[in-house]
Amino acid sequence: MITTRWVRVAALSLSVLLFANVSRCIAIDVETAKQLAAEDGDVKLAAIQKLVASADPAAIALLTALQDDVLVLFKGRLIIAGSGGTKDALTGAPVDAPAAQHEAIMINNRIRAALDGAIAALKLVSPDRAVRLAAARAVAGDPSAEMLPLIKTALDKETDNEVKRLLNQARALIEINSGDAALRREAAKLLGSSGNPQAKQIIGKLLEKHPDGSFIEADAGVREEAIKALRAIERGSLMPQIAATLFSGLSLGSVLLLAALGLAITFGLMGIINMAHGEMLMLGAYTTYVAQSLFRAYLPDWLDWYIAAAVPMAFAVAASIGIALERTVIRFLYGRPLETLLTTWGISLMLTQLVRTVFGAQNVEVANPAWMSGGFSLGADVVLPYNRVVIIVFAAFVVFLVWLFLARTRLGLYVRAVTQNRTMADCMGIPTPRVDWLTFGLGSGIAGLGGVALSQIGNVGPDLGQSYIVDSFMVVVLGGVGQLAGTIIAAVGLGEINKFLEPFTGAVLGKIFVLIIIILFIQKRPQGLFALKGRMAES
Amino acid sequence: MATAFKRINVTVRQGRRIFFKRLGAFMVIAALLAMPLPVRAQSKDTIKIGVLHSLSGTMAISETVLKDVTLMAIEEINAKGGILGRKLEAVVVDPASNWPLFAEKARQLIAQDKVAVVFGCWTSVSRKSVLSVFEELNGLLFYPVQYEGEELSKNVFYTGAAPNQQAIPAVEYLMSKDGGGAKRFVLLGTDYVYPRTTNKILRAFLKSKNIPEADILEEYTPFSHTDYQTIIGKIKKFAGEGKKTAVISTINGDSNVPFYKELGNQGLKAKDVPVVAFSVGEEELRGVDTKPLVGHLAAWNYFMSLKNPTNEEFTKKWAAYAKAKNLPGHKDKPLTNDPMEAAYIGIYMWKQAVEKAKTTDVDPVIAAVGGQTFKAPSGFTIKMDEKNHHLHKPVFVGEIKADGQFNIVWKTPGPIKAKPWSPYIAGNDKKKDEPEIIAKKK
Repeated sequence: MITTRWVRVAALSLSVLLFANVSRCIAIDVETAKQLAAEDGDVKLAAIQKLVASADPAAIALLTALQDDVLVLFKGRLIIAGSGGTKDALTGAPVDAPAAQHEAIMINNRIRAALDGAIAALKLVSPDRAVRLAAARAVAGDPSAEMLPLIKTALDKETDNEVKRLLNQARALIEINSGDAALRREAAKLLGSSGNPQAKQIIGKLLEKHPDGSFIEADAGVREEAIKALRAIERGSLMPQIAATLFSGLSLGSVLLLAALGLAITFGLMGIINMAHGEMLMLGAYTTYVAQSLFRAYLPDWLDWYIAAAVPMAFAVAASIGIALERTVIRFLYGRPLETLLTTWGISLMLTQLVRTVFGAQNVEVANPAWMSGGFSLGADVVLPYNRVVIIVFAAFVVFLVWLFLARTRLGLYVRAVTQNRTMADCMGIPTPRVDWLTFGLGSGIAGLGGVALSQIGNVGPDLGQSYIVDSFMVVVLGGVGQLAGTIIAAVGLGEINKFLEPFTGAVLGKIFVLIIIILFIQKRPQGLFALKGRMAES
Repeated sequence: MATAFKRINVTVRQGRRIFFKRLGAFMVIAALLAMPLPVRAQSKDTIKIGVLHSLSGTMAISETVLKDVTLMAIEEINAKGGILGRKLEAVVVDPASNWPLFAEKARQLIAQDKVAVVFGCWTSVSRKSVLSVFEELNGLLFYPVQYEGEELSKNVFYTGAAPNQQAIPAVEYLMSKDGGGAKRFVLLGTDYVYPRTTNKILRAFLKSKNIPEADILEEYTPFSHTDYQTIIGKIKKFAGEGKKTAVISTINGDSNVPFYKELGNQGLKAKDVPVVAFSVGEEELRGVDTKPLVGHLAAWNYFMSLKNPTNEEFTKKWAAYAKAKNLPGHKDKPLTNDPMEAAYIGIYMWKQAVEKAKTTDVDPVIAAVGGQTFKAPSGFTIKMDEKNHHLHKPVFVGEIKADGQFNIVWKTPGPIKAKPWSPYIAGNDKKKDEPEIIAKKK
């Protein structure tokens, strides 16, 4: 379990910090520290600011303890009740304080934000570059006036360019409110070149007017710089915005693709109207949950990689259930689409209820592994979440495998042959029943893989499949039945259209528009994007 | 909560569901006919109580636990000798998340089983469906869930919050210094009546606080929406345009997980853009990885984490009851939440009213419920309003903690009176703050 390990490391380094600070701790003003425990948020905030202004590195431990909820009051004394026992918060001396008498110190978002900034500001002079960089990033994100002396000291000593740049940004964000017009002008110039969209609102404020018509910013030179800076920032943020929309469209498309790819095989290639397809997705998602639970119980150190085990497991589970279905039910119904529809629908209800009985009606928790949480920034305002990036890559990988199977293996050749002309294939000696159950198993297994991906972005519950079945059919029908390329283009296309429409129309209308577009398209081209060419047995 | 967390399925699947629900209903009826249920036996020395909560279908997730807490309260009252020397006897029926079936079952409870009172319903649509039955047969219903207001019936007592007991105080908190002093608001909800009504009220309220239209962004998503990329992007952009921004979420429970996941992954932190939700409580967070949610807010009239002796007793009793009855989920991880507390208050309010009226007849009991007080698990002695059939309730704002519980960061000094007719909806100022029929009699 890597996360707990990190917590442990953090706790350890915290305690190391604490001990290191013991000798210097006396510098903290006892009264100020006590105010951290005040009921009133304002008093607390003032105390935090005072600790920042004192620039005393010993305050880091105190503030970190408050942030981690381990700073408590005991008989009017501040103590730290960490995992290593209870210690006096100021002297570091061990205190015998039973937990029942601890009085927790509540912090809310406002205090938490101030704490983050304060701790970062105090860490600006750390000898470790990584710590400084993180601190500078945090400070530049939300600087406040009392940090200025700390930032200036840090700037004097700083040698690293990246840290310097961030610190200068932070400094400019503070100095834009300074009393000196020259400083403000400099700050506006610097912010314009920083490309920081957060600076936009701050600069924008300079250009606002008082109710009496006079500018908030009195100095014309500063205003001029501010206008230039605003333009530069807007120019800079256009490309990332478009990139973000493209990305989210691609991401939605990849989700649709993973949901529909299995169906593209069972419905598209085999012509089975498989209403239980959604339940295969659901089974895949539940297998992911089971994998996670198993890892939690038996391999906690490897928990972050449960997903790697979940992929083959989900494929195996969904594929074997699919094969069982094909052998016991569906094979008797080939060529009878209505009966197939009703039967598979009944199967979908049974599978849903089965899962409900085994796992309960409530949704189960599937957590993103640590390496899939968060995202990387593209420009300052655009974040690409890791889980979505991974899903896009995964979708591409699955498509590649399916293509490899269909185009490059003997079985794939059989599948294509059976799809195009069953009788002829039979005559040529292809064992069509075996091809049937293998293909159905493959489609179901791929749906299981889709379930693994879906578990990473949404709910995992017995009804999961029902939310995707309509979308899946939509993609397959639009793409053209029997064509993998069509499915891919339809999925990604729908994703992109959806995401480009959504900002203008809203999510509800957007979805309706997409449906209308599909209806119109199907009217024009009932066979979908790509029509199957060749001599079909049925046609 | 008007319609609660699990009302999904508005589209293609509805037909399928209705069919399935009917099948379910048929089976329930068949089962009822087949079994000589002891609860249906007529007996003179017990008081019959109807429990009308969905135990199957989409609402079962939320409602089953309300049935259990009601049964727990009944067991408790019986252990102390019952009411007026008579034991209580629960008649539990299952309306199966099927709104018309709610009305049928309510009729059966009142006309056939002759129950003295009914505790039940969750979604606003189920309440509206049984309302006419209760008014026609002069029954008595205790409704335990927060809702959008705009209703007042002589035959119903509302023990959940009205908008002014949840939504408005939460927004006031966001605007306060401790809440971050929010100046811009995103009103985000699932597209149906409860969020739309609540947001209508909130918009008018924000306007009264001099928030310009340009600083309000209203967004709706379909039921079961899972792709929140664009909306989070929009919120980010909106928040980046200046001034402190907060999100007020009336998103339906099922969509909450993808919403919060996306929020966390896109790096929008609670300290920057706090999200306050009106439909996310302890039970809803059960299936959720709460780490990315820490610091986001919820407003309720009760939290499990409240520290006071009454709540300690309440949660302990629930844990023991869940274990004894082997309730799935709760036997391992017992959770209490706001509607459970409201249901629990309701049954005790009724008990006290019966004791005061010295009869279980509906009219004298209705007259006696007004003005009853009860020491609630919220830590306050709360009162049923003499006139408007709603409780005076305290409001709490809690921040989500990593363990799925809430850290209470704000509360009202005391219980506040419900305003079922929100003053922020035009025309409501003329409506009487008491049920029409009583008003006529006076």
